[in-house]
Amino acid sequence: MDWEYVEKILPLYGKAAVLTVRIGVLGIFFAILVGLLCSVVRQMKIPVLKQLASVYIELSRNTPLLVQLFFIYYGLPKIGIRTDPETCGVAGLAFLGGSYMAEAFRSGLEAVGRIQHESALSLGLTGLQTFRYVILPQAFAISFPGITANVIFLLKETSVFSAISLMDLMFTAKDQIGLYYKTTECLALLVVFYLVILLPVSLLGSLIERRLRHAEFGT
Amino acid sequence: MQSLGLEVLFKGKNFARLLGGLWAALKISLISIAISMVLGILLGILVGRKNRIAGAVMRCYLEFIHIMPQMVLLFLVFFGTAKAFGWNLSGEVSSIIVFSLWGTAEMSDLVRGAVTSIPVIQHESAMALGLSRVQVYRYVILPQAIRRLIPQSINLITRMIKTTSLVLMIGVVEILKVAQQIIEANRKSSPNAAFGVYLTVFLLYFLLCWPVSLLAKRLEKRWG
Repeated sequence: MDWEYVEKILPLYGKAAVLTVRIGVLGIFFAILVGLLCSVVRQMKIPVLKQLASVYIELSRNTPLLVQLFFIYYGLPKIGIRTDPETCGVAGLAFLGGSYMAEAFRSGLEAVGRIQHESALSLGLTGLQTFRYVILPQAFAISFPGITANVIFLLKETSVFSAISLMDLMFTAKDQIGLYYKTTECLALLVVFYLVILLPVSLLGSLIERRLRHAEFGT
Repeated sequence: MQSLGLEVLFKGKNFARLLGGLWAALKISLISIAISMVLGILLGILVGRKNRIAGAVMRCYLEFIHIMPQMVLLFLVFFGTAKAFGWNLSGEVSSIIVFSLWGTAEMSDLVRGAVTSIPVIQHESAMALGLSRVQVYRYVILPQAIRRLIPQSINLITRMIKTTSLVLMIGVVEILKVAQQIIEANRKSSPNAAFGVYLTVFLLYFLLCWPVSLLAKRLEKRWG
């Protein structure tokens, strides 16, 4: 290991990591929004919108992010929708993640038995109260492992962003390898930086998961 | 109306070339899937059974594979082995190694999950009914575990097919690369080719993965 070199490129990696995290967080935020929207539309069985949501979910789940990004970044400008790489990265991540989040929410909502709903209503709770105090806590506890898995999955997927010329961790690593051929240092830093980003999320996820167990009922 | 660049696909052998590119990626995923299924089942049954140390090593391997993006694994094998061992692996071989390592880890997890998901009471009841150990597995545990396992492994297959698109990044000529070449070659005559061609690539991947995931969903519903 050439520590002097490592020290020299550390700021570059830091900058790249910040970019990765920023796009990841924004993308995941919008993915959750899209997912919520889809699951609400499907749960309430709104015609037309429901079918649209289903089509979107199938399209998004059955294509790779890289292909989605290429289409958004290189294809869409030809019909007048031009985006800068960062927006495109966020949009791509939201497009991919939305369907995964929607599925996670749906599995939670479906797992809460009808009897819960009926019991709550017969106890005199209003529809909104039923949702807020009975359905949501249980559905959330059931969805949570799925949501964390999706968050980690989406953070990992950010590694393809170098394909649309975003200077993320992968881009920096490849660039540096090409410039100085210090492969060992570059790859080691790459692994370390991804571990620093992903390990805390994974650990935090399983910690919260364990604490949420108490909300599950009647399984 | 402005052209959307779809006409490029009907020029010469362009569409056939795209399909050829898809096949190049698919071949890598099929080989890796075959290796992963076999090794994954073996590992899933054997992991941490007897030897503590082997179990710990396995856990480290599984955790590392799980947490690292597949792109990083590709870089580690493609660039790392060249530096560390002087191997000159082609993009194809590197990606088969990486996707097999990754697929094996995922598959062994699924297998372990499927076997441990069968409640202990099933095992005990079968024993109490006088079945031998082999019979318990043959008639009680395995049929249930396999029903749980098959839809999940089909899902893993679609995930592996989708993930192989990453091989573009280590220089394998697959469908996206071919698409780039086609767009580049027709830059003058069809400036909008990028839209039509990338849309086609998108739809081709969809047509490939969608039936497979529908099958998984149907099996899940029937056996769930």
